[in-house]
Amino acid sequence: MKTTSKEQHLDELKAAQTNNRDQITADLFVPAPLDTAGQEEISKPSVSFWQEAFHRLFKNKGSVIALFALVILIIVAIVGPSMNDHTYRSQNLAHSNMPPKVSGLEWLGFDGKNSKGMDVYEAQHVETNYWFGTDEFGRDLWTRVWKGTQISLFIALVAATLDLIIGVIYGGISSFYGGRIDTIMQRIIEVLIGIPNLIVIILFILILEPGIRSIILAMVITGWVGMARVVRGQILQLKGQEFVLASQTLGASNARLIWKHLMPNVMGPIIVTVMFTIPTAIFFEAFLSFIGLGLQAPLASLGVLIEDGYKSIRFFSYKLIFPALVISTIMICFNLLADGLRDALDPKMRK
Amino acid sequence: MTEEILAVNNLHVSFKTQTGTVTAIRGVNFKLNKGETLAIVGESGSGKSVTAKTIMRLLPKHNTLISEGDITYEGRDLLNLSLSDMQKVRGSEIAMVFQDPMTSLNPTMRIGKQIMEGLLKHQHLSKKVAKQKALEMLELVGIPNAKERLEAYPHQFSGGMRQRVVIAMALACNPRILIADEPTTALDVTIQAQILQLMKDLQEKMDTAIILITHDLGVVANMADRVAVMYAGEIVEQGTLDEIFYQPQHPYTLGLLRSMPNLSASRSEPLIPIPGSPPDLATLGTGCPFAARCPYTMKVCHDFLPEHTHLNESHTVMCWLQDARTPLTHIPEEVGSAK
Amino acid sequence: MIVTLFIIITLTFFLMQFLPGTPFTNPEKLSDKQLVILNAKYGLDQPAAIQYVRYIGNLLQGDLGYSFQYEGRTVKSMIVDRVGPSALIGLQALIFGTLVGLVLGIISALKHNTILDYGSVTLAVLGMSIPSFVFAALLQYYIGVKLEWLPVALWESYDSTLLPSFALSVTVIATVARFIRSEMLEVLGQDYVITARSKGLRESVVVTRHVIRNALIPVVTMLGPLAVSIMTGTLVIEKIFGVPGLGEQFTLSILVLDYSVIMGITLFYSTLFIVIVFIVDLLYGFLDPRIEYKEGGQV
Repeated sequence: MKTTSKEQHLDELKAAQTNNRDQITADLFVPAPLDTAGQEEISKPSVSFWQEAFHRLFKNKGSVIALFALVILIIVAIVGPSMNDHTYRSQNLAHSNMPPKVSGLEWLGFDGKNSKGMDVYEAQHVETNYWFGTDEFGRDLWTRVWKGTQISLFIALVAATLDLIIGVIYGGISSFYGGRIDTIMQRIIEVLIGIPNLIVIILFILILEPGIRSIILAMVITGWVGMARVVRGQILQLKGQEFVLASQTLGASNARLIWKHLMPNVMGPIIVTVMFTIPTAIFFEAFLSFIGLGLQAPLASLGVLIEDGYKSIRFFSYKLIFPALVISTIMICFNLLADGLRDALDPKMRK
Repeated sequence: MTEEILAVNNLHVSFKTQTGTVTAIRGVNFKLNKGETLAIVGESGSGKSVTAKTIMRLLPKHNTLISEGDITYEGRDLLNLSLSDMQKVRGSEIAMVFQDPMTSLNPTMRIGKQIMEGLLKHQHLSKKVAKQKALEMLELVGIPNAKERLEAYPHQFSGGMRQRVVIAMALACNPRILIADEPTTALDVTIQAQILQLMKDLQEKMDTAIILITHDLGVVANMADRVAVMYAGEIVEQGTLDEIFYQPQHPYTLGLLRSMPNLSASRSEPLIPIPGSPPDLATLGTGCPFAARCPYTMKVCHDFLPEHTHLNESHTVMCWLQDARTPLTHIPEEVGSAK
Repeated sequence: MIVTLFIIITLTFFLMQFLPGTPFTNPEKLSDKQLVILNAKYGLDQPAAIQYVRYIGNLLQGDLGYSFQYEGRTVKSMIVDRVGPSALIGLQALIFGTLVGLVLGIISALKHNTILDYGSVTLAVLGMSIPSFVFAALLQYYIGVKLEWLPVALWESYDSTLLPSFALSVTVIATVARFIRSEMLEVLGQDYVITARSKGLRESVVVTRHVIRNALIPVVTMLGPLAVSIMTGTLVIEKIFGVPGLGEQFTLSILVLDYSVIMGITLFYSTLFIVIVFIVDLLYGFLDPRIEYKEGGQV
């Protein structure tokens, strides 16, 4: 139907044109110049860069879903641990290794049955349902998973923020002043890039002793380099552009140059870089925990939970599946959102 | 003498965009005769390049809609050819030169090989013969040390030299028609003249018809036998070089000529720009697209599209001023020598 | 390049000096006297500067020292013993992953904005996002334990390399597919592709000769990051699948604070990385005629 409607439309237009020919009367042939003032007007309303970017972002279904999912995940991560009476460290050895059970969701596998199909809750006369099951110390995995999500997100956000601050300052100084300062600062970066960053992270954690603070520190030690390079590259590119030169010619101060001209244009790539840093940081935290360099019990991060779950995967696969699902979802959402932001903020890169 | 080789009839082309369908070509008609040069002139966005690419069927399929019209080449409708038949036409019968020689050559392939590609495909030559032919073409377009340059990569050439290579590549199979899409726009003025001269010389030697797309009236004056003036997807005036330059009948053509700097004119004679800017193709009404910028606008212009009026065998114009009912007949007879 | 390596050696060495505990704190049965003897034997009683000079001197002779945990074993022999399995699964993952990634990415770009494109983009996002060890653990559980198709946590036949290689290749597939897709889309929009079409070449020729060739060249630059991601992957994936490789040795040594081995493997990884980056530079200059290789310059 759609194609014919287009043809119809064309036909109608043509018909209108020919039919209306009869209506052309001699009195129409009088000069009627248009109001010239209107000619130079810009016909479309001007849309700011950010409005347009947001508009493009929200047209991207993937990013919208990702953003939505992330908001929900973060809310659950904050509220989740207090949704039942268990804390992330309270042990109850009588209730160890309970499979997940949610009344009403039995059909989804939340039926409280173990790998042999036996209902453990009935066998052990347990009244309370553990939604995600319990670990070998009888700790509630629902609480631990969301507590772990909190910790993983916290580590990632702090690491990304520190990367951002150091990177922007370093890259900004390096590119804005240029010359010898830039050369020296770039040399340092070149050496840092030459070292596989995972190795630096591992060595630093060995020195600093495992813990939230040392994981963040170790990740920041290598992480800021990427941000610094992005910022420097952008500013160098912008500095040569004519609108900056024009502004300089008009006598703009350095501060005005930085805040009014450079910063708004650098913001896009910075935001995108941050968005890609966060999933990387989440990955590294989980990775370190998995090889035994992560947080110490009873603290739980997603990495620690995955490692615990992996150890008992043969008989208690649920212990791995929930944290694995959560971490994968977070990573997918951040990656999708970052992709969407990159496309939205840089129309040239839109593919 | 004047044997028709290509005819474009009532061509309509539109593009699907995010905001809707935009019609870029709205009923274009023109003919091309053997061995002649037809210049298509217009501002950017007037549909010149789209017309050229439609003839070559080089527009992206997924968002282009050729809703009406036909393009007849040697009795065949190019728009209805199968893709493989069209590929036989491309390069061997109709070839194309693009605007920017910096980007129109494959950066990682040797020049010689890029010239040979078409020869191998269309003329079924052996590699050795094709290479010999490529060498001849390079010499023909005036590349020094042609033999060594066959093995060079595009980045080792200057812009002007690259455009020579592109022309050699286009003419390698001795096509009947060469479509040159702004072939000199990206070049320095001195190089421009060289390239134009080269195209003229080669045209004589090979008897190729040229469709020259440009916005530069100086280039037109130099090269063209006939001129088609495009505005907002329509050819508003068409005629021989002399007719267009000395008896322009469309206010737009007149405006173009008046806004062109002119060495021989006295300095006191001002340049007269055309006010306003080209219309947004997405929001065009039913009237004459030039009405908003036209100094002679009448009421009728805003609502009704004028028809093509044939002033003589070669000269056509699309304007209400040609209508018998128009009180105004004072389009200046003599614009002054444009050259 | 050599400067970078030297800095890494120095950095690694002095970082090791700050490590808490000594390598001999684990076997607590050692008496103080035995500790002194051991420290003397491995030169740990000397000032750091002297140890450093000695270490560099030994390094130049290709000597990485002795393991602190395995009596009488040289670090070099441990690396040599262990590098085989890692190299095997690493290379398999690299080759398989690159090929699959290329195919996915190329199809995706050629069928831009179709279901095929969306499908492979989705796969790529999943591959990028799901941590390799999570994927490996699930793979082991479902294919190894539940379906019993392939051996699990045993290193006996060639079959044992399949699961770890596949698990490693997932990130490679995703990275390569995303990269080649955007390269292809970029090249497809270039003027010279239209030029090639205007010559009358068949679309398949245009795509293979002009598009894919030009899009493939930058893929070489991905080798460095891919090597790093595979190295990172081997650390955990060898642990999961029980591959007796370098990565497993490294994680093991970290847990028992076997300094000399940690340092040896670190140096090995860093050198490998630097050499790969160097080769990539050479290869790129060779593949892309626009880059004329200049002597010296790059560190």
